[in-house]
Amino acid sequence: MSAAAVHSLWTTAATAADPISKINAPKIEYAQLSPTLIVVGAAIVGVLVEAFVPRKSRYYAQVFVSLVALVAAFAAVVALASDGYGTTKAHIAAMGAIAVDGPALFLQGTILLAGLVGLFTFAERRLDPEAHGNRVDSFAAQAASVPGSDSEKAAVKAGFTTTEVFPLLLFAIAGMLVFPSANDLLTLFVALEVFSLPLYLMCALARRKRLMSQEAAVKYFLLGAFASAFTLFGIAMLYGYAGSVSYARIAQVVDGTVTNVDPALAGTMGNDALLLIGGAMILMGLLFKVGAVPFHMWTPDVYQGAPTPVTGFMAAATKVAAFGALLRLLYVVLPGMRWDWRPVMWAVAIVTMLGGAIVAITQTDIKRLLAYSSIAHAGFILAGVIATSKDGVSSVLFYLAAYSFVTIGAFAVVTLVRDAGGEATHLSKWAGLGRRSPLVAAVFAVFLLAFAGIPLTSGFAGKFAVFKAAAEGGAAPLVVIGVISSAIAAFFYIRVIVLMFFSEPRPEGPTVAVPSPLTMTAIGLGVVVTLVLGVAPQYFLDLASQASVFVR
Amino acid sequence: MNPVNYLYLSALLFTIGATGVLIRRNAIVVFMCIELMLNACNLAFVTFSRMHGNLDGQIIAFFTMVVAAAEVVVGLAIIVSLFRTRHSASVDDASLMKL
Repeated sequence: MSAAAVHSLWTTAATAADPISKINAPKIEYAQLSPTLIVVGAAIVGVLVEAFVPRKSRYYAQVFVSLVALVAAFAAVVALASDGYGTTKAHIAAMGAIAVDGPALFLQGTILLAGLVGLFTFAERRLDPEAHGNRVDSFAAQAASVPGSDSEKAAVKAGFTTTEVFPLLLFAIAGMLVFPSANDLLTLFVALEVFSLPLYLMCALARRKRLMSQEAAVKYFLLGAFASAFTLFGIAMLYGYAGSVSYARIAQVVDGTVTNVDPALAGTMGNDALLLIGGAMILMGLLFKVGAVPFHMWTPDVYQGAPTPVTGFMAAATKVAAFGALLRLLYVVLPGMRWDWRPVMWAVAIVTMLGGAIVAITQTDIKRLLAYSSIAHAGFILAGVIATSKDGVSSVLFYLAAYSFVTIGAFAVVTLVRDAGGEATHLSKWAGLGRRSPLVAAVFAVFLLAFAGIPLTSGFAGKFAVFKAAAEGGAAPLVVIGVISSAIAAFFYIRVIVLMFFSEPRPEGPTVAVPSPLTMTAIGLGVVVTLVLGVAPQYFLDLASQASVFVR
Repeated sequence: MNPVNYLYLSALLFTIGATGVLIRRNAIVVFMCIELMLNACNLAFVTFSRMHGNLDGQIIAFFTMVVAAAEVVVGLAIIVSLFRTRHSASVDDASLMKL
């Protein structure tokens, strides 16, 4: 198009009517966005609490605000779902930026519940011994002070705690709520950053082993920012391809069914090279967040170094949000090029399942072991994503819900087993735990069996649903590989159980801390959900099945 | 001038940034390379905006700048705290956790 015509886009003749009067106010459906808005609002209130509430009462104020916000947001999600926004009234809100539909509401509900359980583990203050008469949580007394320095000792003595983690948690949850419901690529990118940045910070805040924690944060930050730069370049390519960042518009251009083409646009859009490069780069960014091989390098280090409550929350909620966004991208934006992305996703799923399961065998640290197990699980979920069917969506939704509770519960148990240096994460220290504290070991065994996918646990129901969908979707070889890697994975889960119950406790082994009702609730909820979803999954499978239609 | 040339420039800048992330050892320099990648994306957005004749790309560039600024705040906070602990910002020294 000519230069004069382009310039007229952002310049106007002086005699023209006042352009301000022509701007139409956007139409925002506040009620339908209320889950996200509540959480963002509470996060801002949390920041104000940091500024104005006296230090002594900040912890209580923050926990109260976060708790109320998460419960209210979950109630809002349930209200929207029961109004039919998940099924019949599904539509696109906020001028095309946010989709309010079944998968979005289901995943938002899951993220909020995971956030709520995560909040309980964040707020736990009875595991560490009291420092100078003050109860302390898992987070550094003062993040800015160098570990071991005088200023840190002074901060510990004064009883400081990093209550900023609660607003950070809420900001992260807010970004995660938007991520799977984003309906244009710009919203997707902004949501990605909104939930990533607080997570990078929270990783650096461990009270014990700060050096490792800071190292984990640097690794997570640099690699995460690297991956999001790739995502952004992919978005630029897709914008170049379609002339728009709206999901529906890109899907139309991919399918070749676009109706109203601007004559200026017709000459520049539709370049397949841009589509392929852009799609691949966005997928790369999402697979990084999911922790799929070959973009998994950060997972073990970050999971090991981050404070364990943060690890649990991150492992559960990030996966839910990222798989939600991945599903929407593949099923709504790029279904027209599934013959291009399916082979790639096949390869990624296979190496993820096998890689995660095989490398986990050699691990000696319980947090690293769980990290590799989460990589293997990402592979299983990818098998459901590849199914490209309604069953594929519903099985992935169910798997994510089941998996997130197991994960948070398992990491909450890890926080209980302690020795003089904080958490005793080395596997050799877990030897004979079943003799010393049978209850904790039994609970952990339930979680491990659920990870392994043993019948009567939620892991079995989830894996069965995912593999069934994959087999029906024409990915039978993938199911075979999935079952083989489940068997490999079962080996190291069972090995931990054997270690806990059938070996002699070491004389100077770790002790099991008695937690407050907060962590007990988190672990208890994990066990209950694991068993209920394992014994009677049908209701929840139906729920996921009802919620499995995307709006476009 | 043909706007496609700016796309080639953007791809080149992005590649330089990505290469820098992979080969540089100082966390701050790695981080600057990531910023270079984000700015390469901005150039691509603005160029496509000019080619398509719509304003979406220019608006996205503003969002990218804000996000990049937020990322700088968080990134420098993390890198500075690591530097104060270790007296080194080398990404090779940070190797407490290995397989």
